[in-house]
Amino acid sequence: MNEVGKSLPKIDGVGLAMGRPAFTDDLAPREALVVRALRSPHPFARLKSIDTAAAEAMPGVACVLTWKDVPRIAVTRAGQGHPEPSPRDRFILDEYVRHVGDEVAVVAADTAATAAAALDVLAVEYEVLDPVLDFEQADGHASVLHPEPEAHENFPIGFEPQRNIASAYEMHVGDVDKVVAESEVVVRRTYYTQAQQHVALEPMVCATWLDLHGRLNVVTSTQTPWHVRRIMARALDMPVSEIRVNKPRIGGGFGGKQMIHGELLCGLVTRRTGKAAKMVYSRREVFTATNTRHPMRMEITLAAHPDGRLRAIDMQALSDTGAYGEHALTVFMVAGAKTLPLYNKVEAVRFGGKTVYTNHAPGGAYRGYGAIQGNYALESALAELADELDLDPVELRRLNMIAEGETSPIFAIMGEGTEGVAQTIDSCKLPECIDRGMELIGWNDKFPRREAGPDRVRGVGMALAMQGSGIPAIDMAAATLKLNDFGSFNLLIGATDLGTGSDTILAQIAAEALGVATDIIKVYSSDTDRTPFDTGAYASSTTYVSGHAVRKAAEKMKAELIAEGAAMLGCDPQAAVFDGREVRGPGGAISLEDLSTRLLYSRNQKQLCTTGSHLCEKSPPPYMAAFAEVEVDLGTGKVDLIDYVAVVDCGQAINPNLARVQVEGGLVQGIGMALTEDVRYGKRGALLTRDMMTYKIPARQDVPRITVELVDSHEPSGPFGAKSVGEIGIDTPPAVIANAVFNATGVRVRDLPLTPEKVLMALRRTQES
Amino acid sequence: MKITFALNGRETTWEIEPVETLLEALRRHGLTGVKQGCDTASCGVCTVLLDGKPVPSCAVPAARVDGHAVLTVEGVPEKARAVGEALAAEGADQCGYCAPGLVMSLVAMEQEPGPPDEDKIASYLAGNLCRCSGYASQSRAIKKYLGGKP
Repeated sequence: MNEVGKSLPKIDGVGLAMGRPAFTDDLAPREALVVRALRSPHPFARLKSIDTAAAEAMPGVACVLTWKDVPRIAVTRAGQGHPEPSPRDRFILDEYVRHVGDEVAVVAADTAATAAAALDVLAVEYEVLDPVLDFEQADGHASVLHPEPEAHENFPIGFEPQRNIASAYEMHVGDVDKVVAESEVVVRRTYYTQAQQHVALEPMVCATWLDLHGRLNVVTSTQTPWHVRRIMARALDMPVSEIRVNKPRIGGGFGGKQMIHGELLCGLVTRRTGKAAKMVYSRREVFTATNTRHPMRMEITLAAHPDGRLRAIDMQALSDTGAYGEHALTVFMVAGAKTLPLYNKVEAVRFGGKTVYTNHAPGGAYRGYGAIQGNYALESALAELADELDLDPVELRRLNMIAEGETSPIFAIMGEGTEGVAQTIDSCKLPECIDRGMELIGWNDKFPRREAGPDRVRGVGMALAMQGSGIPAIDMAAATLKLNDFGSFNLLIGATDLGTGSDTILAQIAAEALGVATDIIKVYSSDTDRTPFDTGAYASSTTYVSGHAVRKAAEKMKAELIAEGAAMLGCDPQAAVFDGREVRGPGGAISLEDLSTRLLYSRNQKQLCTTGSHLCEKSPPPYMAAFAEVEVDLGTGKVDLIDYVAVVDCGQAINPNLARVQVEGGLVQGIGMALTEDVRYGKRGALLTRDMMTYKIPARQDVPRITVELVDSHEPSGPFGAKSVGEIGIDTPPAVIANAVFNATGVRVRDLPLTPEKVLMALRRTQES
Repeated sequence: MKITFALNGRETTWEIEPVETLLEALRRHGLTGVKQGCDTASCGVCTVLLDGKPVPSCAVPAARVDGHAVLTVEGVPEKARAVGEALAAEGADQCGYCAPGLVMSLVAMEQEPGPPDEDKIASYLAGNLCRCSGYASQSRAIKKYLGGKP
């Protein structure tokens, strides 16, 4: 291969470093009205009245809108396919506010200062309601978050709003209770994971205006332009055809920009006033009024033979979706669907539970998407089982893990919101990942612990992980390749690069399939008017799904180039070849430059333009073995991460540098979740962690030595052998670090994050007992 | 109110709002290399040099720069290109939102006498957060950038 497998520089990197206009706020119309939302100070309240007169009378205020001004159409802001597997339980503005930070009213003004002043004079009378703040008390709580008759599920997802249940799910294979009862070794544990914020450095931002045709143009920092367009059309009660959505460069997403944020309010203002409008979230709004990872309680039962062979796994979960059910069901299902198939040799497996509403900021998509919650619980429980059996935890995995040529019934049973798709695993290099990871961390020398000085001890831990590559039978992508005069190509893709480098690797795939150099492929992406469709950048889908669409378009283009070249040369196309520079026949050759220019200007004139589209039929998991060494201060409980090793099977890396950085970046977000990141609320439901001083993401000096290696692998169903790599990096740190802390200290913390306080309290409890 | 200051080496007079931050004033005047990130001087994406010292422009009142010199990424295109190329060579550029701020911290560091050692790099870049890369690739790129300079 010539272009695939090369670490080419990302095509947009230099321009971004130079600060050229590229992001939404850089491109928003200069005259745009500033849109600001008044946000609820209460976790749960009814708006008894809103007096807007003083604000409306202020010079420079273009409009003030409340729930009385918006269409009463229930939507979900999840940003998923159609129809969404999340409940439609939201309106652009509503009579009820359901979390601190929820939108009460919206103001548009000519300057930020005027908008802020207008917010100050809005007089709101709240009827404060008793909030639901403990997700373990939500089911059956006297307060019901969503009694409104318009809220509904699009298809059965277990939606029971009267019980505060957003979704519910159950599945089983075999008789788990019977196998557990018969088993000699049973481990039952409960783990808790916390809410985590994405903290993309670019806040949510969008701008809207009407073009000369009166169509609503939207430029927005989103991962899902087509879903934004469809959901805006529904919420604003206007045709999809009257909206254009364009995603420019975006400053990180991580799932947080799969959801719809300011687009509905901004679009509403532009529709009402006819003027351009923009809405830039403050960081405080990002924390209070966007989404978090769903916190979960995971109850795990493992049943095994004394030699370590697993007999049954039972995973029962409770998930907190906060005020709105965005991704309630699907994140929940992924907690099982993208962890349990790792151990496919069990006699019985069961997964189930429910996702409940509380008066917290809504849950939503976040890199890992349930898999990190499930991974923490399952891989911690396996370590606890290994300890009980006095087995090396690595050996326990080797004994039970999935292998090439095998399958799991879970693939067919569990999809995302619906049934899944059966698949056989054609690439799984877990044995190689484990061997190399053990070598890099020095497992055999370091397991389980060693002294590291007075009151300090070091330990190692490990975990395996899997993810998916797109949502099978749902995720669809398309790409168009257009030939230009003088021999360059435009690659038009719906795929949405959120900083990952997908524009670059998709150009590499096109170049590889065509046989040309990547730099003659000029990429334009993510525009609902000007590029073909793509479901969006989520579920680790872009390389695997959009990559195939690009490959198909390029293969068609190559065939057309050969046909047209042969016609120019007067030879049989069967006898002609295209080598990336020229079409050659038996009697001569014509260069790509000449061929393309003649096709547009002088001979046999036509536009060569090919489109490929792809629906993924399976979702081959990438795999990872991860190892870490930690040092624990026994006096303070502080956990210092010394070394993190991750060895990944992502199939053929299209661009090894970019694939590796995906894993490195994912690991560091996972490390943040394991150690410091924690969305916390006060007793009365106010968010305490509402800026980057109170919510701690890893900084440069917090990051240990990280070693990421990609093993040789080839996924037969992937474009040039590729699988996904965007999410898997985040999955392992909570379990790996918790396992390392246990091996170092004998203390098991089953409640993330592993703060010094929790570790110290656990150490004290152990000492006392 | 009016302020007069040296912006990227050129004397500039702007009409500003008394409550405006330097970040807001710069962006309002089309300097898109300066980004809004955290609003609390925590993340470094709005870093500019004020009289040669790196500052978070979200925490500097625009009025404060009257009579002073402000350097943004737009004023150091060659450096920004070189750092951008170094980042891209390692795949470290990712979303690129933090890159201009990182460039400005590097520019400030390079004005210090003596070759940069690990400690100096760590202290100058400590305030430049990145949520995409996990830092390792950035460190590789920065080492190569500093090592490859004449």
